[in-house]
Amino acid sequence: MDCNTSRRGFLSQTLTGISAAWISANWPAMLSAATHAREASQSASPAKFEFFSPEQAVEVEAISARIIPTTDTPGAREAGVVFFIDRALVTFAKDNQKMYTEGLPAVQARVRELFPGTDKFSAATAEQQEQVLESLDEQSSGGARRPFRPLVGAQSFFEAVRVDTVMGFLIDPASDKKGNRDGVGWKVIGRENEHMFQPPFGYYDKDYPGWQPIPATADKAKT
Amino acid sequence: MTLDLPKYKTTDEVDFVVIGSGAAGGIVAKELSTNGFRVVVLEQGPYLTEKDFVHDEIKVLNQDLLTNHPSLQPNTFRKTPNDKAKQQRAIAYGRLVGGTSTHFTANFWRFHEIDFHERSKVGAVAGSTLSDWPITYADLEPYYTKVEWEIGVSGQAYASPFDPPRSKPYPMPPLPTKSSGVIFERAARKLGWNPFPAPMAILSQPRPGRSACINCGFCLAFACEVGAKSSSLATAIRMAEKTGRCEIRPNSYVHRIELDANGRATGAVYFDEKRNVQRQKAKAVVVCANGAETPRLLLLSANKQFPNGLANSSGYVGKNLMFNSGALSVGVFEHPLNDYKGFAVSRILHDFYELDPDKVGFHGGGGLDARFDTTPINFALGMLPAGTPRWGKGFKDVLSHNFTRTVEILCHGTSLPVENNSFSLDPELKDAWGLPALRMTYKDHPDDVKLSNWLNARAAELLDAAGAQKSWSFPAGEQEFSVHLLGTCRMGNDPKTSVINPDHQTHDVKNLFLCDGSSLVTSGRGQPTMTIEALAFRASDRITALAMRGDLNV
Repeated sequence: MDCNTSRRGFLSQTLTGISAAWISANWPAMLSAATHAREASQSASPAKFEFFSPEQAVEVEAISARIIPTTDTPGAREAGVVFFIDRALVTFAKDNQKMYTEGLPAVQARVRELFPGTDKFSAATAEQQEQVLESLDEQSSGGARRPFRPLVGAQSFFEAVRVDTVMGFLIDPASDKKGNRDGVGWKVIGRENEHMFQPPFGYYDKDYPGWQPIPATADKAKT
Repeated sequence: MTLDLPKYKTTDEVDFVVIGSGAAGGIVAKELSTNGFRVVVLEQGPYLTEKDFVHDEIKVLNQDLLTNHPSLQPNTFRKTPNDKAKQQRAIAYGRLVGGTSTHFTANFWRFHEIDFHERSKVGAVAGSTLSDWPITYADLEPYYTKVEWEIGVSGQAYASPFDPPRSKPYPMPPLPTKSSGVIFERAARKLGWNPFPAPMAILSQPRPGRSACINCGFCLAFACEVGAKSSSLATAIRMAEKTGRCEIRPNSYVHRIELDANGRATGAVYFDEKRNVQRQKAKAVVVCANGAETPRLLLLSANKQFPNGLANSSGYVGKNLMFNSGALSVGVFEHPLNDYKGFAVSRILHDFYELDPDKVGFHGGGGLDARFDTTPINFALGMLPAGTPRWGKGFKDVLSHNFTRTVEILCHGTSLPVENNSFSLDPELKDAWGLPALRMTYKDHPDDVKLSNWLNARAAELLDAAGAQKSWSFPAGEQEFSVHLLGTCRMGNDPKTSVINPDHQTHDVKNLFLCDGSSLVTSGRGQPTMTIEALAFRASDRITALAMRGDLNV
């Protein structure tokens, strides 16, 4: 199913696409999906900033747009990551407020240090912005650690913005977190924005003939 | 339909108070209430239902919507009894009605015969308290079947040549095969191994009031919005409530079990939602609070008769903690698998369940499964290959390419029991209610780490045979965190080396029963919930028999 399909159109799309038997078997699920769709439509309108000043918002958006840039596909800017971070800072990530208010001037100081005459991160060129962030990134390459859960409390401002940008880009767009606007983050990574799926799921199970018993156990194999 | 749910007074001496409503507690409550007893279930977490379950990774994972919250119930960790424990999150368990079964992966294979008598078969293992169970696989077999049929497990009987005998096939066919499963199956067969459809406690066909799996993709660590995951919440708890004899009382944090002058438990003392202390009277007590909280409750209930903890004359309460060893390899394939769709696991193999210690140089065994259980944010922050840029176009390119093309091969294996590995009460740290926090002491037996890395080498071979474009393994080290909490009040015939007898009755207090992960004598090879649930069905039968005989005055 095309991931452009709006969640509002979800039920009608589904109803034309699959068998009635499957629908009745999954009816409770569809009611649940409808609830989600309703919630999503309620949370769709972008709001004013609750924490950032307009100037701060411009800076944070510019930083997030270097972390996940707009290329031939949408980036942090299109996903509304700055709105996600703004909301986070007055809700679940209140503890990070200070890190942001103190971190932004520090970034601007670094901009002035590297590029005298430029006062703001957002005023620097893309190449300059990358150099500023390089200078702030304590880890040059990713560690191969598998987290059970991502940590909100990051070790530095840059790390906080990096993690928050990723979260704001990929959070469930139906949540109340104001990130991943219109599901563009999921679209970029190839995740269809739907609440249910049917097999075949991918390339390798498309033509899979079904499980066949291994000859030695074939005589016993029946469900 | 609205059920007429009973409300018991705390002064009303019910037949049983069950502490905990998870995998074991839900089933015990259902069985005892079905058998005619009056039951109160005290659950420390809230009573959430399907409408509360969301795909919001921050709410569920970071904010612990479903799990114990480290700021309310912190714990400490140390590797050995000689170390000073530091505050560090070491456990995650479901803290809501339905417990951890609401958010588990739902791998539901049975333990094999070897798991019950490994000590006799392989002999003593240096540095381990490895013991035989006082019951056998055959004793538990009817109850495994009961779990499959009553709770709902999808699977293909007789598909693995290593499976133990069974009295009945599965009640429903396996879930669909994911691309990761197809890749895994083809590569494993190329290597001469025996992959088979994963038995999963997730419905492949609808049941009354429950949908079949809709493959939403937010499964491990998330609770099911449609009742397809066979949690206690979606199954046993509802059956218990339907009897009209069982009250589920959420937000009830039990912190003490008291005895009368005759040494019999009188019920449970708990904090209600407003943190007022309440005492629920009961003729008998069944603790199903999980492998961490059950021993903690006994230790918190120390009294004059049991200064080292209730029912702890053996000194074994909290000891012999086992996690299951584990390791992970990851592969990236040419074409999209879209494995984010659906439940986590569709193929597993158990060719390495019983390894020969003389050949491999360590004890234990395990298996491999093919899965994708990583939700988008976790994936972006933790599942890209080493060396991937952490931000910028390079990061975005790899993330965009890999998310639909990644498969995980998870190795799961034995944890040998080690006496020092334990839960105890931290001497300093308190939880938000002022109770001593849990202190975990844990250092994997060296064989467990060897086993994990041996299995991980097989996972790497499999990814090579599968033609992965890129693959890597996370080396297994000593674990410091777990969701499997096993062995801490082990079952046995000898009161000196075990806490409960084969009826799940504590050796020391005749109307006090324990049933959950703490009852396990060995860890199996991973995925313990199926066995915990089979034990819960069996324990309920045993407790009912004792009650009918008049032993419990119920």
